[in-house]
Amino acid sequence: MTRAVTITDLRASGHVAALPDAARAHPVAGSVRFEGLGKTYRSGGGDVRALDGIDLDIRPGEVFGIIGRSGAGKSTLIRTINRLERPTSGRVLVDGRDIGDLSESGLVALRRRIGMIFQHFNLLAAKTVRENVALPLRVAGVPRAEIEARVAEALDLVGLADKGDTYPSRLSGGQKQRVGIARALVSRPEILLCDEATSALDPETTLSILTLLRDINARLGLTIVLITHEMAVIREICDRVLVLEAGRIAETGPVWQVFGAPRHPATQALLAPLLKNLPGDLAARLRADPRGPRDEVILELRYAGITRPDLGALSQALGPRGRLLTADIDSIQGRQVGRVLIAAPADADLAPLVHLGDHGKVLGHADPADD
Amino acid sequence: MLTPQMIDRLWQAFQDTALMVGVSAGIAVLAGIPLAVFLVTSGPQGIFPAPRLNRVVGTIVNGFRAVPFIVLLVALIPLTRLLAGTTIGVWAAIVPLSISATPFFARIAEVSLREVDPGLIEAAQSIGCRRWHIVRHVLLPEALPGIVGGFTITVVSMIGASAMAGAVGAGGLGDVAIRYGYQRFDTTVMLAVIAILILLVSAVQIAGDVTVRRLKAR
Repeated sequence: MTRAVTITDLRASGHVAALPDAARAHPVAGSVRFEGLGKTYRSGGGDVRALDGIDLDIRPGEVFGIIGRSGAGKSTLIRTINRLERPTSGRVLVDGRDIGDLSESGLVALRRRIGMIFQHFNLLAAKTVRENVALPLRVAGVPRAEIEARVAEALDLVGLADKGDTYPSRLSGGQKQRVGIARALVSRPEILLCDEATSALDPETTLSILTLLRDINARLGLTIVLITHEMAVIREICDRVLVLEAGRIAETGPVWQVFGAPRHPATQALLAPLLKNLPGDLAARLRADPRGPRDEVILELRYAGITRPDLGALSQALGPRGRLLTADIDSIQGRQVGRVLIAAPADADLAPLVHLGDHGKVLGHADPADD
Repeated sequence: MLTPQMIDRLWQAFQDTALMVGVSAGIAVLAGIPLAVFLVTSGPQGIFPAPRLNRVVGTIVNGFRAVPFIVLLVALIPLTRLLAGTTIGVWAAIVPLSISATPFFARIAEVSLREVDPGLIEAAQSIGCRRWHIVRHVLLPEALPGIVGGFTITVVSMIGASAMAGAVGAGGLGDVAIRYGYQRFDTTVMLAVIAILILLVSAVQIAGDVTVRRLKAR
């Protein structure tokens, strides 16, 4: 209720209304392009390559996720977008403009178009919530009356309208991050950078922050670039994902594609906690060759978001004696991704079965008597 | 017992000490905070990097800190005469007192400024703060509790130093204690001065502590 009212207010205030509906669906501002980006840190023990040969486009209005192990270069990469970090080679273009040669004033102007939120929130302890959110406007020289209205609007948007006079130390982690989001949005940026924004939060708060981010993305049409080591965060809100490994691009694509059929070992390793292994008892019983007449064929069907799992066709192809062992199907961006394990009778015709998934394969044979 | 005359003299001495320390402390703040900000921000990784100048200023600060106050007092006599027109009295004592207290306070304030979370500076940059805004809105307010605590320490040590200034004719409580208590063996006056000093230092410390607690409570 309050959120719906907030958005109407935003529109009335001219924030959203400035964009016609078509433009909001396909925003024109907020694109980022990396061209041959590299970053080398010089240290006493030799040079450390944090980033190497990154070529990438982030489209206006999308939620773009960057994952990778610790030290893969995620933080460095996201920080080059608002030049908190300067690349040692290559270029970063924001809306087509190379940001490498900006003067201090140009940089300040750029940063006012790019909001950022942080893992540890980075709120000023000596200022109230309202003063924290007002700071970007104060330093930009916005008139007092307008500051007041826009801060109230931003606090409303994140659901903290009643906390304006509180100091950050009195807030919960989730509330602090909401203040961080309000502070990042008060300048009405085109791009929002999220640096491990939910890593310090519990799962429930994480979900509420992600919902808020998704909401903001949909309503305001701003581009969100987020880095995280939590795969669930990517699955929850991202459109496309980049997997970074040792400073290089391991793979990139729509989330359903990368999660449904990870190609790079780094992606597979990152996804491992989300994937279920073969049930232990089945793995123990599995044999390469059939032994007894009652042995069943154990079949694995993987869904990578292309073929829809069709239960009717499955059961028809399996016949009356087929059994479903496990089924882990997730829906990502409306695509079905996951794996199904089936036990088929030894004499079943496997050819039509294996084509019911995106990748089908026979894992082996097992005796159902041991079930 | 103290004669009414002696009570008058102590009261005058207390006012002299308060004036010496108060004015010098004011100068130490006005000069010490910019100095501390310079020392913090002009380092190689600072927001106004000027490493060479930083080293020069740092060395000068260390130089002043290395000289014992009683020596500085004498060494600065020509400067004192230039600035105050005399080398005797309260105003003459203010020159060496503030010159000694400024580097001391600057170093203490520097520690508090350095402890400001670098994440806050990064956040300030990300919202489009210019470097001067970062000093004004982030560094100084966030370090304020530590700076106030450091100021308390500075004032207390200045009260001690002002007694030494008394020895070279500046007046104040230290002067009374040495002339009556030490040179004339008047133990009562000595004890009275000590009692006043203890009260004065305690009052300063409590006021400082209360302020710091208030600042931190938010």
